[in-house]
Amino acid sequence: MAMMIKETRCIGCSACVNECPNDAISEQSCAFAIDPAKCTECIGFFSEPQCAAICPIPKTCIVNPDVPRFAVAV
Amino acid sequence: MEFGGLKRVAQLRVMQPAQSRSGQQGCGSKGANGQSSCGSAAGQGDLTPEIWEKVKNHPCYSEQAHHHYARMHAAVAPACNIQCNFCNRKYDCSNESRPGVVSERLTPEQAARKVLAVASAIPQMTVLGIAGPGDPLANPEKTFETFELVAKTAPDIKLCLSTNGLMLPDYVDRIHALNVDHVTITINMIDPVVGAKIYPWVFYNHKRYTGVEGAKILSERQLLGLEMLTARGILCKVNSVMIPGINDRHLVAVNKAVKSRGAFLHNIMPLISAPEHGTVFGLSGQRGPTAQELKALQDSCEGEMKMMRHCRQCRADAVGLLGEDRSAEFTAEKIMSMEVVYDLDRRQAYQEKVELQREAAAAAKKAELETLAGKQSHISILIAVATKGGGRINEHFGHAKEFQVYEVSTAGAKFVGHRRVDLYCQGGYAEEDSLEIVVRAINDCVAVFVARIGGCPRDGLIAAGIEPVDRFALEYIEQSAIAYFREYLERVRTGEIQHTQRGDADIRQGALTA
Repeated sequence: MAMMIKETRCIGCSACVNECPNDAISEQSCAFAIDPAKCTECIGFFSEPQCAAICPIPKTCIVNPDVPRFAVAV
Repeated sequence: MEFGGLKRVAQLRVMQPAQSRSGQQGCGSKGANGQSSCGSAAGQGDLTPEIWEKVKNHPCYSEQAHHHYARMHAAVAPACNIQCNFCNRKYDCSNESRPGVVSERLTPEQAARKVLAVASAIPQMTVLGIAGPGDPLANPEKTFETFELVAKTAPDIKLCLSTNGLMLPDYVDRIHALNVDHVTITINMIDPVVGAKIYPWVFYNHKRYTGVEGAKILSERQLLGLEMLTARGILCKVNSVMIPGINDRHLVAVNKAVKSRGAFLHNIMPLISAPEHGTVFGLSGQRGPTAQELKALQDSCEGEMKMMRHCRQCRADAVGLLGEDRSAEFTAEKIMSMEVVYDLDRRQAYQEKVELQREAAAAAKKAELETLAGKQSHISILIAVATKGGGRINEHFGHAKEFQVYEVSTAGAKFVGHRRVDLYCQGGYAEEDSLEIVVRAINDCVAVFVARIGGCPRDGLIAAGIEPVDRFALEYIEQSAIAYFREYLERVRTGEIQHTQRGDADIRQGALTA
């Protein structure tokens, strides 16, 4: 499971970087990007994905459709 | 007169202080409530020497200073922790919105170098502010590192910060330790129900809060931050955006609330809103206030605390005198290739000369005001002025990008606002007569003072009931305004002219999206 940042919509404000509990976000050439290997969608840390919660541009920080999801361990 | 649907509003509130004006000694006089009717423009007035030292050359904290001193903003703070309905983060701020153009974001080191470059090229630059493009306290490391570097390399520059206040309580100690003397907090409401209409969400403590809940958190934190700052003697300005129908009446309560918490200055600014900006307010048709609406609100708050009226709502990367943006001269590229020599002595010598100019202007104003002593009249008029700076009437009518507006009465001349006339984009308004745009902008004025004006615009202005006046070319603004007013009273007295109510005016027209 992972979040992703849509490169064409990201304005590069960097607000997400410090909120990530897994250090999964880094600056690329013209946007920021989330490392799917590190991202846990904040499960186990917070009640909602932090990067999406602080992102100012709608539909920009979204669930990555290419990474399989699984349920939270109960 | 009616323009573009603007309705004629009720009587202009007369600029008549409550106490008797007989025996007035010019702008040095203090009113019963400690407020000189000339406001902070009169110089020290009722301020303590300590506070006067802090504000006398800060162009935002002293109206008089803004004619002579410059500031710069360093855009080192891109992240923001809230969303406001008047902001579209995709572009530079709506005051000068050009889709596709992004403020160059600077690292703290780049910002420090930029400060040195600007301070060398503009010796009357006295203030570095960090105001965005997001919120400085949502980027605390970048913000404080910039302040630290500048304090080391350019120690005579005042440090200033502008924030939404959400994280302010957490950083007051750090702000104080860095000798940041001036902090601005944007407070648009103290009632979360009003706030819910302005702030769709607030990100706090790892959670996004919406509606009334989010606005409540923001309001509590802002007000707490304000109290903590004033307890440490830091000068706080409060910025409020006036949004007709949402918080226009409410801002009177905000004014009282921030005054009681020790705020030094209240800056009520007009909402900037056009669909081209892509903000929620712009797209939903929420309008900004007219000139009279704004002035009436500012006037009603004036008795409570000092009001700022000369804010230019500038960008997070603005450079220069207010109203004269020179940021294009100081792009990252240009700075790297500039030779930067920071000469503290030269800066101080230059500023000493500026102080002399400023004292001369104030003395001229005081002398002129004495000629009004003993005159009794309820009349007040608004005058538009074309100026390049320095407190003088030194701009050609056709070159003015904005007009400063002064209110004149037997109490003196006072800056009350400015009107932009340069915001129309190429495709839209260009066919429209630019004179019409100016007339709409200064429609509430009886005269416009210029250094020069062409014959054709001169006729157009007269037809619109605005007298073009160039006989005070290059002279001091306030002194000339008072002299003109004296003549105006005389002309009214002899029946040569009739004093009639002017209509309303547009603070800004167009969206500058080209």
